[in-house]
Amino acid sequence: MKSYSNQRRLSLIFRYILLALLAIIWILPIVWIVLASFSYNDTGFVSTFWPEQFTLQNYVGIFTNPQYPFGNWIINTLIVSLLSMVISTFLTISVAYVLSRLRFKFRKPFLQIALVLGMFPGFMSMIALYYILKGLNMLNLFGLLLVYVGGAGLGFYVAKGFFDTIPRSIDEAAEIDGATKWQVFLHIGLPLSKPMIVYTALTAFIAPWTDFIFSGIILSTSGNAKTYTVAYGLYNMVHTAKGNATAYFAQFVAGCVIIAIPITILFVFMQKFYVNGITAGADKG
Amino acid sequence: MFLKKKHVAPKATYREVWSKGDIATKLSFFIMGSNALANKQWVKGLALLISEIVFIVWFIFSGISTLGILATLGPIKSKKVVYDAAQGVYITKQPSNSVLILLFGVLAIILCIAMIYLYIVNLRSTRHNYILKRDGEHIPTNVQELKSLLDTRLHATLMVIPLLGILFFTVLPTVFMISMAFTNYDRQHPIAFSWTGFQAFGNVLSGDLAGTFFPVLGWTLIWAVAATATTFFFGVLLAMLIESKGIKYKAFWRTVFVIIWAVPQFVSLLMMAQFLDYQGALNNILMNLHWISSPIHFIDNQASPLVARITVILVNMWIGIPVSMLVSTAIIQNLPEDQIEAAKIDGANAVQIFRSITFPQILFVMAPSLIQQFIGNINNFNVIFLLTGGAPMNSKYNGAGSTDLLVTWLYNLTFGQEQRYNASAVLGILIFIISAVVSLIAYRHTNAYKEG
Repeated sequence: MKSYSNQRRLSLIFRYILLALLAIIWILPIVWIVLASFSYNDTGFVSTFWPEQFTLQNYVGIFTNPQYPFGNWIINTLIVSLLSMVISTFLTISVAYVLSRLRFKFRKPFLQIALVLGMFPGFMSMIALYYILKGLNMLNLFGLLLVYVGGAGLGFYVAKGFFDTIPRSIDEAAEIDGATKWQVFLHIGLPLSKPMIVYTALTAFIAPWTDFIFSGIILSTSGNAKTYTVAYGLYNMVHTAKGNATAYFAQFVAGCVIIAIPITILFVFMQKFYVNGITAGADKG
Repeated sequence: MFLKKKHVAPKATYREVWSKGDIATKLSFFIMGSNALANKQWVKGLALLISEIVFIVWFIFSGISTLGILATLGPIKSKKVVYDAAQGVYITKQPSNSVLILLFGVLAIILCIAMIYLYIVNLRSTRHNYILKRDGEHIPTNVQELKSLLDTRLHATLMVIPLLGILFFTVLPTVFMISMAFTNYDRQHPIAFSWTGFQAFGNVLSGDLAGTFFPVLGWTLIWAVAATATTFFFGVLLAMLIESKGIKYKAFWRTVFVIIWAVPQFVSLLMMAQFLDYQGALNNILMNLHWISSPIHFIDNQASPLVARITVILVNMWIGIPVSMLVSTAIIQNLPEDQIEAAKIDGANAVQIFRSITFPQILFVMAPSLIQQFIGNINNFNVIFLLTGGAPMNSKYNGAGSTDLLVTWLYNLTFGQEQRYNASAVLGILIFIISAVVSLIAYRHTNAYKEG
């Protein structure tokens, strides 16, 4: 018996060491990013792991840099992401609810069309979107908002998987009691889907903070750095000059850390919802 | 129990509606909404009537010319100076803007289809009213019609705005780009271009781009298989490690791994590119540890294609394993214990249990999401674009590097020096075909397809 418990303890220690080792590998680059944001740097390149000299100058610099109005970027992104969050969440939840709970002729064809549309690479439509928005004279933040919101109707999969798990008998009971479908949606469907609404809202909120491609194509034409969003602004900061090495590299890292912190906190919160969403669709197998 | 009487109206053909209907009914074959108006459903009637009037006005004044010019994509193909005899001066004629002609043409076609759909809706509602009238039943009043939008037709109400969004921001651009694949829109024809049929497909599949297309396609498939398999397999192992008996603070460990995923990819991957650079921190660390004597070219232009490709797959594991770990954790927690118990009693060791019980079960549940991941990896733009940008460049390729996937090549063809818009549209269609074929085959072999 003793050797057995020894063996188990040995196995546990071994597993802890392995886990810790892996955790270090995963965390190390992130720690490095944070360290780099504090490093004194004028070469535009961070080649050491531990900074030779610590400074807060990068954080001061990113907010006072006249060429790159970081403050404006944050406000722009905040406005776009808040509006996009409210509208997209409403659209996504409506579509998911309708497709999951209501039965109508167009349902199956719509699901199939959505599947087919989802298989075209998103980049393909970028040129067209550019010209549509240019034609409407909306190559600005409002146009960007429209692009984010316009696709919301197709992002229903996770929420639909969630609605599928709520028993339909609840709806039927309410309808027998004389509730209209709208009342069922408003007073039963929505309250039950609170976690899903939170998840959808957070995803929609985070998207504008991380998207540098669409925002780049739509906003770059104006050439006015004050109208950029954070993601494109930061990306632009390291890519307009030659390659990755620019004089503002350390400031870029500092800016990245500033926006990554709130996103990380939000993400840790919604981790649980995310898993529920993915597995809700897969569990039926 | 109240047994609801099934109300089955004898169907009326449109022929019957036409021959036996009253004037308003007949009229609504030409003037949409007249039947609804005659039945005092004025909201529906007016909406149909106004949309018909607007459509006809638009069609006469702009629709016909928009559709007509679509056939040639604009009459003037290049900038030229012509002599205007009436004024006696030379005038420069700018080439027609084919992009806008094509865009508005596609839009016009979509509008026409929408109008046809509205017309069918109009006919259906006319027939419905006709049947109700013929059978002496109550025709819904205006208020009742509107109320049904919140009850039996709630789906229509809730879907209108999302559908419009999808139509203008997904369907219209997609159709536009598909049609672009059949033109000669490239650097030589940047403003005015014309229809060229399957010529662009020929260029990609057997012409000057074929030498790039097939190797890039091959690497894309290898990449998609490798990326999906490695992240899935090691994600399951990691999840089992965290879930194994005796490990405390499981939620904390999971969060440690998942944090990488919260950092925006343009940050984590751009920084990873710096980290792996020839002069970057990793080479620095390895040198200080005396594991290597000179820095390694991981992902820059002098790297060997093989090293760069392996590096890319490894970095993708760093990004992808946490996600698949999270998903498989949820599945592992729900796995039935009895089979594992039985196997343990029969003397199976941990490896055997994993290989014959746990792993197959996880694979079974995760099959649909694996297919999605595979397609996602075919289209994995961020990892390649941010990490290597396609480097090392390959002199045998046309506008692509050794680590470029089809999507990043597509991006280069559009926004890079090449400017071969038609070729990039062709690539988009081919990527679509690959994704569709893969998922069709895969879904047919999984349980999820049979059920749903």
